[in-house]
Amino acid sequence: MAKASVSPSAEERLILTKKNRRWDEVRGRSLVTICAVIMIAATIAVTVFLAQKGLQSFTVNNINPIAYLTSANWNPTGGENASFGIFPFIFGSLAVTFLSALIAAPLGIGAAIFMSEIAPKFGKKVLQPVIELLVGIPSVVYGFIGLVVLVPLLRDNFPGIGFSLFAGVIVLTVMILPTVTTIATDAMRSLPNSLRQGSLALGATRWQTIRKVLIPAALPSLLTAIVLGMARAFGEALAVQMVIGNTRDIPGSIFDTAGTLTTIVTLNIGHTTYGSIENNTLWSMGLILLIISFLFIFVVRYLSGRRKI
Amino acid sequence: MNYTADKPTETRTEDELAASITRASKKEVVLDVKDLSIFYGNNEAVKRANMGIEKNAVTALIGPSGCGKSTFIRSINRMNDLIPSSRAEGEIIYDGINILRNDINVVALRSEIGMVFQKPNPFPKSIYNNITHALKYNGQKNKKVLDEIVEESLRKAALWDEVKDRLHQSALSLSGGQQQRLCIARTLAMEPQILLLDEPASALDPVSNSKIEELILQLKEDYSIVIVTHNMSQASRVSDKTAFFLNGDVVEYDDTKKIFTNPSETKTEEYISGRFG
Amino acid sequence: MNSRITDRIATGVFYTIAAIMVALLLYLFYFILSNGLPQVTWDFLTSPSSSYQAGGGIRDQLFNSLYILFITMIITVPLGVCGGIYMAEYAKPGKITNFIRTCIEMLASLPSIVVGLFGLLIFVNITGWGYTIIGGALALTIFNIPVMVRVTEDAIRSVPKEQKEASLALGITRWHTIKTVILPYAFPGILTGAILASGRVFGEAAALLYTAGLSTPTLDYGNWNPFAENSPLNIFRPAETLAVHIWSVNTQGLIPDVREVANGASAVLVIAVLVFNLLARWLGSVIHKKLTAGK
Repeated sequence: MAKASVSPSAEERLILTKKNRRWDEVRGRSLVTICAVIMIAATIAVTVFLAQKGLQSFTVNNINPIAYLTSANWNPTGGENASFGIFPFIFGSLAVTFLSALIAAPLGIGAAIFMSEIAPKFGKKVLQPVIELLVGIPSVVYGFIGLVVLVPLLRDNFPGIGFSLFAGVIVLTVMILPTVTTIATDAMRSLPNSLRQGSLALGATRWQTIRKVLIPAALPSLLTAIVLGMARAFGEALAVQMVIGNTRDIPGSIFDTAGTLTTIVTLNIGHTTYGSIENNTLWSMGLILLIISFLFIFVVRYLSGRRKI
Repeated sequence: MNYTADKPTETRTEDELAASITRASKKEVVLDVKDLSIFYGNNEAVKRANMGIEKNAVTALIGPSGCGKSTFIRSINRMNDLIPSSRAEGEIIYDGINILRNDINVVALRSEIGMVFQKPNPFPKSIYNNITHALKYNGQKNKKVLDEIVEESLRKAALWDEVKDRLHQSALSLSGGQQQRLCIARTLAMEPQILLLDEPASALDPVSNSKIEELILQLKEDYSIVIVTHNMSQASRVSDKTAFFLNGDVVEYDDTKKIFTNPSETKTEEYISGRFG
Repeated sequence: MNSRITDRIATGVFYTIAAIMVALLLYLFYFILSNGLPQVTWDFLTSPSSSYQAGGGIRDQLFNSLYILFITMIITVPLGVCGGIYMAEYAKPGKITNFIRTCIEMLASLPSIVVGLFGLLIFVNITGWGYTIIGGALALTIFNIPVMVRVTEDAIRSVPKEQKEASLALGITRWHTIKTVILPYAFPGILTGAILASGRVFGEAAALLYTAGLSTPTLDYGNWNPFAENSPLNIFRPAETLAVHIWSVNTQGLIPDVREVANGASAVLVIAVLVFNLLARWLGSVIHKKLTAGK
C-alpha cells in the first residue's frame, strides 16, 4: 500500500523503471523462455548429430549413396566382397507401413464412425476406455504376444515359418488401430451437427449421410489420422523385430520373412564396433528414419492446411 | 421493455439546463480520452473516441452489443493487451500521463484502475483469501493490517454483514450477487482511483442487481466509476454522464439527464426509446 | 428400400468393428493376465534375474524401471510444464512460435528407436558414460517433453479466462497469476497427463536398449550411497528395465523359462500401465471435484 502513504508522482508510479518493475515477472518469463529454447536446442541437436553421424558412411567410407539406397544386396560382413544395399529394408519398412495402414484405416475409421454417429453413449463409456488401454499396452508386450500366439498360428496354418512380413503387419495393425481411431473420432465429432441434420432432413439414410456428407467433410482429418498411424508403424522397432524374422532379402510373399530399417538397426547397432563401416551404415539407416519421420510431419501439416472445418 | 415510459417530462428551463452543464463541467477530469481508436487486426472497434471522464462521478457507456463499449473500457486498464491482434491509437491521459504508451507499467496501472467483470469471477479460495490475494503479492504480510483491509473492503462493498461469520469459507459458496460484491471488495482493497465495471449486474437477479446499483451510488463518493451497461434504466438511475456508442463511434456524450430527456442525436433518441438495439 | 437395406448392412458392419475392438482388448488382457498372473509371485518380484538357469525373478528390472521413470519425470515435468506455460501464456503468434511448435511436433513424432540412437550417440559414446540410468532417462526425456508440453498447454488453455483476467486486473503480474491462479486450476489436467505419460515411459524399451543397456550389475539394496558402484541409486550404472527385459529374454533366449519370465514380466508391465491409467482418471476426477466445490 505504498502508493497511498508516500504518493510518488505519476511518472514514478506508472512509467516502467527498474525501481517499480516487478522482477518476478522478468524471472518467470526468462525461466519459461529458457525451457522453450531447450526444446529448440534438443530438436536441432537430434537433427544435427544424427545427420552428421549418418552421413559418415558416405563421407568417410565413400559408399555410393545411390547404390546404398537402391541395391538389394546387404552383406556387411563379407570382408572384401562386403556390400551395403539397404533396399530390402526400405522395402520391408514401406511394406509393413502401408499394409498395416490398409487394414487399420477402415477398422479405425469404422470404429470412429461407430463412436460418433452410431452409438455415442456406448462409444464414450466403453469403446473410448478400451482404446485408451490399447494405446497403453507397451510395444514389447505386443511383440511378445505376436511371438507366442501369432507366429505359431501362422506357422500351422499358412506357408512359411510363421515369422513373416504378415506377422509384422498384423502386430502393427493392432498397435496403430487406437491411434487411427482416436484421431478419426476427434475429426468426426468436430463435424457440425448442421451437416447431419441437413442431410437427414433431405431424406438420406444414416449410411448415405455418413458416406456422402460426413466422410467427405472430414476427409483431410481422416487422412491425417491414417498418416499418423503410418508414422507410428514406420517407426516401431521392437514389436516388429520380434515377429518379422529379420532377413536380408526382399520377401517374395507376405508369408516370407523380411527385415525393416528399424529392426536391422535394433538388432545390429549394439553388436557392431562403433566407427566401423558396418556400424556407420546402420547410423545412415537411423538418419533415413529421422528424415522420413520428418516427412510424415510435413504431410500432416499439408493435410491440416487443407482442412475445411 | 418500454423505455419511453420512465422518460421524465421535458419541462426544464433553459437556465436549469445551463446550470447543470456548468455544474458538470466544473468537475475535474480524471481520464481524458483523445482520438482513441482501437483495432482488432484490421477491424476498427472504436473510432476516434473523445471523452473527458469526470472524477467522483459515474460514467455509463451504453449501446447495442458489439458497439465498442467493452473494448473501450478494457483499454482504460490495458486489458486489451491480452488480445494479441489488438492495437490502440490516440491517447488516454490519466494523471498527466498517456497510459497507452509502450513503457507503461501495466501492473501498477491496473492496481490504480481496478476492474470488475460481467461474470462474477472469485478465485476458488476462501472469501478472506480472495481479498488478500493481491495484497499479499504486494508485500502486505501483517495479519492485523490484512484483517482490517478485509473488513473495510467488505463493508464498502456492502457485504460485511452477510459474510463476517464465514470469512474462511469458499467464495464459491456465495450467491452470484454476493460473489460480484466480493469481486468489487477485492478490487477496492487495492485502493484504486478508478473503478471500471463491465456490465457488473447483467448476470445477476433483480434483487442483487439493485444492491449493486445502490453500492455504485455509495462508491461514487470515493471513486471515479465507469460502467458499461445494457440496461438503460440502470444507466439513467446510477450515472451522472452517459456515452452512447454505436458501431465504434461515440455518437453522443453528455449529462445523463440530457441524454435521456433531450438527446441531440436522433440515433441516441432512437436507441434509448427502444427502437433498436 | 434398397438404401434402407444398405443402411442396415452398414450399421451392422460398424457394430462388428466395435465388437472386434472390444474383443481384441479383452483377448489381450485375458491372455496377458491368465498366463502372467500365475507367474507373479512374491518370489518372482523379489529375486534377481538369472542369465542361464530357470527360476529367475525381475527384482532389479522392476526397480530399474521405477527408478528410471522417477529420474525421467524429475527432469521432464519441470521442463515440460515450463515449456507448456511458455506456449500457452508467453508465445506471441509469429514465426518463432511456429518454429517452436514445429520443433515440438518433430520431437513428438521421433520413432523411439531414433531417440535411442541419439541417446547412444550423445549420452553413451560422446560423453563416454557408457550405458547408464541417466543416459536412459535423458533419452526418455527427449520423447516425453513434447507430451508434457502439450498436456500443460492444453490444461492451461482450459482454465477459464475470467480467472486469469480477475488476477491480472488486480495489478498482479502474469507470472504471479500463473503461479497462484492458473497452475492450481490446471493442476488436475497436468497431473493426469503426467501419470499417463509415466505409463508410456514405464513401458518404453526401444529408446532404452542402447542407452540404459541390457544388463544390471549386482546390486546391494542395503547400500544407499548413490555414488557406490553396487548401489541401486547410482545413476551412472547400466540398468535393464522390465520392458527391455521382456525383449532381451525373447531375443537372446538364453534361459530355459523364457515364456514364464516373459509372461510374468508382461503381466506386471500391463498391470502397472493399467494402474497408471486408472490412477490418472481417479485423481483427475477427485481433484476436479475438490477444485470446483471450493476449498
